[in-house]
Amino acid sequence: MHKLSNFVRIILFIVLGVVIFILSNIVDEYRVTQGTTIAAYVVGIASIILLTGYSGQVSLGHGALMGVGGYTAALVGDQAGAKLMGETATGVNLPIPLTFVAAILAAAGIGALLGVAAARLSGPYLAGTTLALAVGLPSVANQFKSLGGEQGLFYIVGDPPTALGEGVTQSKWYFWIAALTTLIAIFWLQNVMRSRYGRIWKAVRGSDVAAELAGINVARAKILAFTLSAGLAGLAGALWAMTIGTVSPSAFPLALSFSLLTGAVLSGVTTLGGVMIGAVILVAIPEIVHSVVDRVGASQTVADNLPSLIVSALLILTVIFVPNGPVEQMRSKSMKKKARHH
Amino acid sequence: MFEFINTLLIGLTSGAIYALMALSIVLVWRSTRVINFAQAGQALASSYFGFEALKYVDSFWLALIIAMVGGALLAAFIEIAFMRVMLKHTTSGPIANVAPIIATLGLLQIIHSTIPMKWGGADVLISPPLSNVGFSIGEETLAFSPMKLAIVMLVTLLLLFFTLIFQKTNIGLSLRASAFSPELARLAGVRVDRIRTLGWAFSGATGSVAGLLLVVNGTGSLSPTSLEFSLLLISGFIAAVIGGLESLLGAVIGGLLLGLVTAFVLMYVSDSLFFIAPFIVLLVVLIARPQGILGKKGGRRA
Repeated sequence: MHKLSNFVRIILFIVLGVVIFILSNIVDEYRVTQGTTIAAYVVGIASIILLTGYSGQVSLGHGALMGVGGYTAALVGDQAGAKLMGETATGVNLPIPLTFVAAILAAAGIGALLGVAAARLSGPYLAGTTLALAVGLPSVANQFKSLGGEQGLFYIVGDPPTALGEGVTQSKWYFWIAALTTLIAIFWLQNVMRSRYGRIWKAVRGSDVAAELAGINVARAKILAFTLSAGLAGLAGALWAMTIGTVSPSAFPLALSFSLLTGAVLSGVTTLGGVMIGAVILVAIPEIVHSVVDRVGASQTVADNLPSLIVSALLILTVIFVPNGPVEQMRSKSMKKKARHH
Repeated sequence: MFEFINTLLIGLTSGAIYALMALSIVLVWRSTRVINFAQAGQALASSYFGFEALKYVDSFWLALIIAMVGGALLAAFIEIAFMRVMLKHTTSGPIANVAPIIATLGLLQIIHSTIPMKWGGADVLISPPLSNVGFSIGEETLAFSPMKLAIVMLVTLLLLFFTLIFQKTNIGLSLRASAFSPELARLAGVRVDRIRTLGWAFSGATGSVAGLLLVVNGTGSLSPTSLEFSLLLISGFIAAVIGGLESLLGAVIGGLLLGLVTAFVLMYVSDSLFFIAPFIVLLVVLIARPQGILGKKGGRRA
């Protein structure tokens, strides 16, 4: 596979950033907010791609790790929300970038612990452990008063700086933060995947026995993958919390973990190239379905359940017919074509 | 003391239902090496089959049998229409190992979003066939009713039935052979495709029992968004993993263990720790024995 040089990649990411910036000024507020959700999904899906597509481990609990990130960001972030609810603030009041860093670190810490357990477990056992975590962890938040119980905590990133001028709305400000964070995260992840570790993970995914024979410390490689993936999930959680404005147990349900996995499969788990696809589908399908249903005049139950039906059907079709994802499929097709020409 | 015994009995009954769910997951795993996450969805669908059947027949037990047949047919259909196609297409490649997990999760969502379209989102009622009022000893009332007794007995019966099938009959031998090595089984004259479908059908029928018993053990109400059914998926799966996935008895032990632990946590510790308890049990068991309680060591690496 032909790889772009670092310089070209940086230019590409900057161009992409500029395009996103221009777009955010053209479309309406609602789309901008959807864009923020998409950004959070992109980071979450990327964390699954790193874990499943690269190191061959499966996690049904990344929604819970997003929760860890979201709660951490809320705890160390601006405490205006806590005062609003009449709670005692933690007193920490870090600037936004640092709350993201804290979210990453906390989730990565939990991920490292999980990774140690995960390295010993194969397929279904790991799926079971992470599933149990996805169900259990959010409910722990109910146990602690400082985490706000059922209501959860506010996470308010704040108004855009006045220096940016009058025209910048809050949703645009949130979107810019999310988009910039996502671009940086994806750029970093691409670097990691192109590094020695990316190759090590691929070897482990192919066959851990063969990888071990080649002198790779399989357990360490798996734990590292889990830790980094959890960190990304934590970041996604902070972005998620920023979009909603609060963190609560019900904001990080089991369904979120499933959505991430679904999005990753729809994007193609073996490459970062299609990471947008899954995220856009997850956000767009419900809206398209609702507008169609409104026009046709079907019942509310149909409108509520059709999106998940369609997304799941897409998921199964993808697993059966394009298991490596749409991007990889096109790539291998065009490579075959090239081979024929030469 | 009395409270302790009641907690024990409550844990035992819900554990028995988890055990059934675990049993149905192990049945699919043992015959096809697939973890079927859609199982809880299938159990939910079968419970609605039972609800429909009760419109035409009076006896709950007859409706249970109809639901079992319905559940078995649904499972067989899923195996033929989805799993078989998937296993043929996705045999190798980076996600071959996780593809079945993802596909069955997709099926779970499909079932969950289809059911409300047919039966609506509201609760429907299935009344228990036996009294749910506890037996009494002197002044005190036990948390153990004729209904709960029937549940425990039914689970024991099904466990015995499937153990006999797996260990003593040719069908059981074929089921084990086609899971161990489809290729070798085929050479030995086993019609592997049919046997796999049969494994799914057995599992579907077992899951149906778990679903309906879950409904009548609780309030008797059934809804597509029922929390009990999400819990059934998690508990059944965790119980199967605790038990080691290979052994039917292990699944039952796992189910009972989980039922007891969650009942005691609910009673004596805190109800918000109820959901994290299975995770802790699982973690403790898997750290001590990564292959589960009755799993065999050095088994295949999947």
